[in-house]
Amino acid sequence: MIVEPFASGDSAIHKTDPRLKIVFATLFSIVTAVAQQSATLIVALVLAVIFVLAARLSIRLVLRRLIIVSGFLLLIWLILPLTYKGTPAVRLGPFTLAQPAIVLAAHVTLKSYTIVTVFMALVATMPAATLGHALERLRVPAKLVFLLLMTYRYIFVVEQEYRRLVRAAKIRGFRPGTNLHTYRTYAYFAGMLFLRASERAEQVTRAMKCRGFHGKFYCLSDLSTYSLTKSMLAVMAAGLCVLAALEWS
Amino acid sequence: MHITEGILSAPVLITGGVLAATGTAIGLKRLDYDHVARTGLLAAAFFVASLIHVPLGPTNIHLIMNGIVGLLLGWPAFPAILTALVLQAFFFQFGGITTLGVNTVIMALPAVFWFYVCAPWLHKKNPWPIVAAFICGFGSVLAGALLVALALVFTEENFLRIAELVVVANLPVMIIEGLMAAFCVAFLKKVQPSLLPGYTGDRTTWEDKP
Repeated sequence: MIVEPFASGDSAIHKTDPRLKIVFATLFSIVTAVAQQSATLIVALVLAVIFVLAARLSIRLVLRRLIIVSGFLLLIWLILPLTYKGTPAVRLGPFTLAQPAIVLAAHVTLKSYTIVTVFMALVATMPAATLGHALERLRVPAKLVFLLLMTYRYIFVVEQEYRRLVRAAKIRGFRPGTNLHTYRTYAYFAGMLFLRASERAEQVTRAMKCRGFHGKFYCLSDLSTYSLTKSMLAVMAAGLCVLAALEWS
Repeated sequence: MHITEGILSAPVLITGGVLAATGTAIGLKRLDYDHVARTGLLAAAFFVASLIHVPLGPTNIHLIMNGIVGLLLGWPAFPAILTALVLQAFFFQFGGITTLGVNTVIMALPAVFWFYVCAPWLHKKNPWPIVAAFICGFGSVLAGALLVALALVFTEENFLRIAELVVVANLPVMIIEGLMAAFCVAFLKKVQPSLLPGYTGDRTTWEDKP
């Protein structure tokens, strides 16, 4: 099932203007991604966690999402220290571990968790439609915003179609395995999804034209139900300043 | 096929961002408003297809299908894949903000490249369409994995081993994606050939046929 577990809530973060949240999350992520100092990265992770707590998200759900990210990080932890070329090396039984490799792996891990956590706390805490409207106000090309909202609108419809196809196949006794028949069946599922999507798109386009669509999508929401408080602005600006000061001073 | 947040260096992230922005700009330019609904729905189908897990021995892999999206859309595959990635980040947090550009390029650039190579063969005599579709599906994942490897190695030379591993580990995925693309194109040619690029024949849909 496709759900937006973080989108609704009544915390201060949820009530903050989505434009501010998107802009801040972007700047914060960029600073984190390019940072080289351990202190910067640790403070960034702490700030990200504070935002998650302020948004009152389900900690269990947040951790579960972070575990998904951890797969590739685990690979780095396993391979990098053993293959890193350069000194100084630390002997640990039969293995030689390169110290810079461990620092690098730790930095990557911190960055990864921080960027994903801040995304959960600030961007995933708005409904997808609001994300589209906010991006439109932030002067993202109107056509791209329209495409985003259109895709969001139909993800659920296409997913229903997929579930229907799977149900029908199951009733006919389809059992997936590693064989050509399985791959052909799944390929037909995918083909059917693309086909039905195209068919529906034609109907949607015709329906839009009947309602007077002439090439502009109007975002009616003016986002006025959200607040742009000075305290939130101050907290976010201060957070960025601290990170910048730690990194470049 | 994703690069996780926090790994790549600033120059690689910026290059990815610039390439993705360029591709998206070209894609949007070639996308007129009559086809936004179609692109959006195909992006939705691409999003859902990436949730389909197919068995592979004791484990399973999820489909990517960027090759087919490229075949069906051409350049607008860039904005479509970008959109699907934004929604994936939004729903599942597989990624964040800074790798959006790189990940878009990893999937969309191969899709557009193989569109130009394979699309002219789709309406030739059998078996060419099937061969072209297999190459398109296989090649899109191969090129994507190579781009991942390139991004890793340009970030840090010591990522070379991991980069090699990414390419090798994706070999079975390439074969399955190739098979999927071949079957998928065979299916679409039978049911609705006008969906595939370069079709010049009868445009009645399967619903119109008696």
